[in-house]
Amino acid sequence: MKALAFVATLVTGAILLYGTMDFPAWGDPQAPAATHLSNYYIENAVAETHVPNLVTAVLGDYRGYDTMFETVVIYCAGLAVVSVLRRKKT
Amino acid sequence: MKLLQERTAKLKLGESLIIQTAVRIMVPFIQLFGLYVIVHGHYSPGGGFQGGVILGASFVALALAFDQKFSMQLMSERVNGVLGNLGALIFVGTAVLCALFGGLFLDYSALDKLIPLGPIGWRSFGIFIIEVGVGLAVMSIMVSLFWDIGSNGEMDEGL
Repeated sequence: MKALAFVATLVTGAILLYGTMDFPAWGDPQAPAATHLSNYYIENAVAETHVPNLVTAVLGDYRGYDTMFETVVIYCAGLAVVSVLRRKKT
Repeated sequence: MKLLQERTAKLKLGESLIIQTAVRIMVPFIQLFGLYVIVHGHYSPGGGFQGGVILGASFVALALAFDQKFSMQLMSERVNGVLGNLGALIFVGTAVLCALFGGLFLDYSALDKLIPLGPIGWRSFGIFIIEVGVGLAVMSIMVSLFWDIGSNGEMDEGL
């Protein structure tokens, strides 16, 4: 079973590594991610939110849903650990 | 020499006067830096997650250098739980409040009807509010994870 899991991990890793070969080069200005939304954020984020740190502006405002559910995920993790581990002293 | 040996024999393994004194001096500064990272997220790298982790780490340092009981005297389990819930509630509550005041969910500019700061001012201030909520939640969860796992769920002296 362990050998099977190891082979499965290796195959999945190899497929994922093969997939990264299609990625655009690092910092490529023609990459799809750099031609649509990034430009909008860089040009308009400060004027629209008055937050000089663009990362915070995207994190807290434009991608607010993502941040909210990140918080909820952390909250649920804590809740699960407390409800599983916490017990009264015998 | 005899006295010193007796005193060190009483201490638990890993407890040392040097570490305890150093942690005692450092913890206020760690917490101040954590608050700074949270509230300065608008202008520099940082924000709720990072600042909350730093705040939580200060309590973890206390629990490691002294024992878990000592850190639980400074912030009880009940206060910790209330802060964690409050943090998550601040975030979701702000988002719902935006929707109640006629905007989209998480569209902070709708809160302009509540307190007139201007829509853009509210977008900036709304980010600040949710960063504080995230910071509280992350701090509380970090500390409670460490307490629960470190003491095997029994909330005794811990590690």
